[in-house]
Amino acid sequence: MLIQHALFYIFAALAIGSGLCMIFARNPVHSALFLVAAFVSAAVLWILLEAEFLGLALIFVYVGAVMTLFLFVVMMLDTKSIPRREGFVRYLPIALLVVALLVLTMLIVVAPQHFYMTSISPPIHGEDYSNTKALGDVLYTDYAYAFELAAVLLLVAIVAAISLGFRGRKRNTKAQRPQDQISVRREDRIRLVKMTAENRLKNL
Amino acid sequence: MTLFDYLIVGAVLFGLSLAGILINRKNVITLLMCLELMLLAVNMNFIAFSHFLGDLTGQVFVFFILTVAAAESAIGLAILVVLFRNRNTINVDDLNELKG
Repeated sequence: MLIQHALFYIFAALAIGSGLCMIFARNPVHSALFLVAAFVSAAVLWILLEAEFLGLALIFVYVGAVMTLFLFVVMMLDTKSIPRREGFVRYLPIALLVVALLVLTMLIVVAPQHFYMTSISPPIHGEDYSNTKALGDVLYTDYAYAFELAAVLLLVAIVAAISLGFRGRKRNTKAQRPQDQISVRREDRIRLVKMTAENRLKNL
Repeated sequence: MTLFDYLIVGAVLFGLSLAGILINRKNVITLLMCLELMLLAVNMNFIAFSHFLGDLTGQVFVFFILTVAAAESAIGLAILVVLFRNRNTINVDDLNELKG
């Protein structure tokens, strides 16, 4: 139990510290890397909460794919052109005030006396309990339609991202034209010629 | 660890990302990153409640939030790249063409 407490405090502090560094970093590349650190610490917290599948999915999907995409885009764009600190001092007091109010309100709302389940200890699972299997059991039965909708959503995202980023083909390059290939007719490709049979023996 | 500890972490992360949106409002990339952190804070609450109530529905919801967030950031970054290609800037203040 003690090691779980220690892990929780270490990684909660890491998550919050990297979040702080992320919003105050001058360089967007540093911001992205601090966000990666925050994601990894949050994944450890989720695994402490027995959500192993989602913790690993967070690392694979976010750290592996989304943050890589962020880093690529940051390096592709000319971030030098952005006056990053413009208005920073002007908005800082308002931001601090809003955040302090928000966090205070949340802390009051989530105080332990408002939730009866803080006194209840979470269910204890046996050693053969698999979070991935349990999640799959509900995901593929009760939430099957939602799951398929999510798949369609990802497909739409792929199509949208590609069509936004596609600039058309370069000139003077050779490529297939599928519309021509599909619309070809038999008459364009083959010509039947009627002729009389030749007598080869006579020519010899 | 109690539910309260996890909820505090979620609340603080949410507040931090809101502060990031307020103070980094010139840079669209940082805004998108703050949105990702905000979604993470929300997911933290879902998973904490799911664990302490012994109900897997919260984790299913987080699964779908992750899907939507991935799609959102992919399309957002694609729009950003196109924007930068056309305007040569990603400063929010320079993107005021629709202003009357």
